[in-house]
Amino acid sequence: MLPLKDGDKPVVHKLLSSGCCARCVLRFCCVSVQAAYRKPPQETLEELRVFIGNTENGKSRQSATHSAAGSPESQNAVGSDPPGGPPIKRVKLEPAEPGAAAAEGDAAAEVKVEEEESGVCVACLGILQELSGPNQAVKIAERVKEGEYEFDTLVLSVSLPAQLCVREHSCWLHVKKELREKSSALGKDDVVPVKEAFKWIMQGLVAKELGGVAVVIRSLFEVSVEFTHPETEADCHFLASTCADCFKPTKNKQSVFTRMAVVKALEKISDAVFLKHYAFPPPRPSSSCVPRDVQCLHASVFIAGRYNKFCRSLPQTPWLIDGERRMESSVEELIAAPVLSSFRAAGFNFSSSGREDVDVRTLGNGRPFAMELLNPHRSKLSREEMKQLQETINESSDKIRVRDLQIVSREAMGRMKEGEEAKTKSYTALVWTQKAIQSQDIAFIDGIKDLTLDQKTPLRVLHRRALAVRQRVVHRMNTRYLDPHHFHLELKTQAGTYIKEFVHGDFGRTKPNMSALLKMDTDILELDVESVDVDWPPSIPE
Amino acid sequence: CVEQTDTEATAPSVIDRYYTRWFRADMKGKPCEDHCILQHSNRLCVITLAETHPILQDGRAIKSINYQISNGCSRLNNKVSGKFCTSVAFHSSTWPVNYSPIGGQFLTDFAPLCRITCTDETEYTIYSCIRGRLLEVNESILETPTLLLEKPSTEGYIAVILPKFEESKSITENLLSREEFESVVSKR
Repeated sequence: MLPLKDGDKPVVHKLLSSGCCARCVLRFCCVSVQAAYRKPPQETLEELRVFIGNTENGKSRQSATHSAAGSPESQNAVGSDPPGGPPIKRVKLEPAEPGAAAAEGDAAAEVKVEEEESGVCVACLGILQELSGPNQAVKIAERVKEGEYEFDTLVLSVSLPAQLCVREHSCWLHVKKELREKSSALGKDDVVPVKEAFKWIMQGLVAKELGGVAVVIRSLFEVSVEFTHPETEADCHFLASTCADCFKPTKNKQSVFTRMAVVKALEKISDAVFLKHYAFPPPRPSSSCVPRDVQCLHASVFIAGRYNKFCRSLPQTPWLIDGERRMESSVEELIAAPVLSSFRAAGFNFSSSGREDVDVRTLGNGRPFAMELLNPHRSKLSREEMKQLQETINESSDKIRVRDLQIVSREAMGRMKEGEEAKTKSYTALVWTQKAIQSQDIAFIDGIKDLTLDQKTPLRVLHRRALAVRQRVVHRMNTRYLDPHHFHLELKTQAGTYIKEFVHGDFGRTKPNMSALLKMDTDILELDVESVDVDWPPSIPE
Repeated sequence: CVEQTDTEATAPSVIDRYYTRWFRADMKGKPCEDHCILQHSNRLCVITLAETHPILQDGRAIKSINYQISNGCSRLNNKVSGKFCTSVAFHSSTWPVNYSPIGGQFLTDFAPLCRITCTDETEYTIYSCIRGRLLEVNESILETPTLLLEKPSTEGYIAVILPKFEESKSITENLLSREEFESVVSKR
């Protein structure tokens, strides 16, 4: 049953004779009954032919005798009522009986439904023809199965070549003209988009191939199908001359005729100008669109935890100079390796609440960090599995340790910055003094509270940071005398305080500094981070 | 991973650990007007007076330090703003780095940095010694000139210059290494 009305007949006639496939004809007739698109295209084509053929025959039959058998019910078709279609007149699918054919043949000859030989549709470039159906669903499902993804639902997204918009626009203008003569309006939004029809056809088929998984509108797992059609790419080019400001030159060599740009240009262009440049019907292509490889993408998963660093020759992130690795491994790589393996993810982004230098250890509860895992093939791990993963990381190296490892939300990444700027940190430094000291010489330091420092950007980072003066507070200090030239200095400071520069003075660019306080040259030999005072991520009892 | 603890009485200083000392002797032909350039491993250069410089000899005292080197140019007006490539995070490990200072005056080897007048009326000009962008001049010595005499290699530094990335190795071609400099001095 085709939910079509009499008024659709000239449209159907025009589109079929211009090279549109059956399903595109349904689209331009605003057929929103999904089931209509799921029938085999050949079947729909037959129904359409009968639809327009019969009417003409019906008319001529009325004026002639009633001897012609065939489909006397054609004008009063009854049948199951698919929802959504105005049931004024229905065409019943019934092949004309041989006797009727003979009688109708003469009448039909008067009509001459001219159709080009069936080939690639000029509107959808084959996408709604052989490129949608059970075979394609099998191919898509195969790609999904290959990836061995873990997912509850999926969303099917489809990307169409930009020139489809141009062809669609052309067909629409001509259908509109056809209907205007019958004083019916056809808004562009009333036409069923190719994408929509494709999904109506394919979603159910793909779902079936994947064992009944729900194919929905929004999901963490996206299966993308892309079509290209190099043969007709030039269809868009005339728009560059009519709406030059829509097409900005791109930095890469990519085409400037993006879908968005083409859509924008079509919104602006007047009907008259369009029709001058682009013929109807659009030229018949010699081949269908080419489907590109199906892409599967699972939304990122986020994990967080805290790390300790016990090694004084391990950078936090990979250390490369001129593309050459200068130091073996890094904190992030040591953590990432087992994680990527467990989640079967393609890559990661690492973020932490501040950073320590290569030669600085991170003790205590460790430093909060978060990781975004890209395109994970596994997205759900149980508490037990997360514990196991944490164990694996800890056993893999004695240079680092991870705790409180857990899956978190995307917002987690933003919380890293929060901790970096707002919270206090505690350190222990091993200080060297040029002159010999005794324990009473450094006792006064313990009494200094909330010392404000003016720190110019340290020379060691001035090549990559702007020159500025930062005020930072050292909240309190505690000294532990070691020998005439060494003592341990414990400090609790505001986030962002450069400890090394506070101890050695950085050419006097941090004031006050330990050298000035002790009135002698001082240097820092070792530094440990004792605590990063951020109460996130939530701790996980072991 | 081996821990390194240093308990010697004299440990390598910050300069020894992170900087390489280069020298320019007899700047512009003036006897003994030696400059010492401290080059950090991140390619930044700190311009200082070498210990052999006349200003540091014979108990001289400083009368004035002037960064106004000509009618139109004062090194104090050096405004440096940064231009960052925002798409890359900053790590000490990336090279070249995605920051380029814009606006700081670009200097050539013989660009004057400042003029120093001593109480005995002797006048000296301190020069850039290397090509690069001026990032900072030391204003502390304007307030406390004695810093220059007491701590010429650290707190009494003159200026900080950042050579172009491509030139960071070649700038040292015109400079003397410590050994070469000491050899020059010993022949005086």
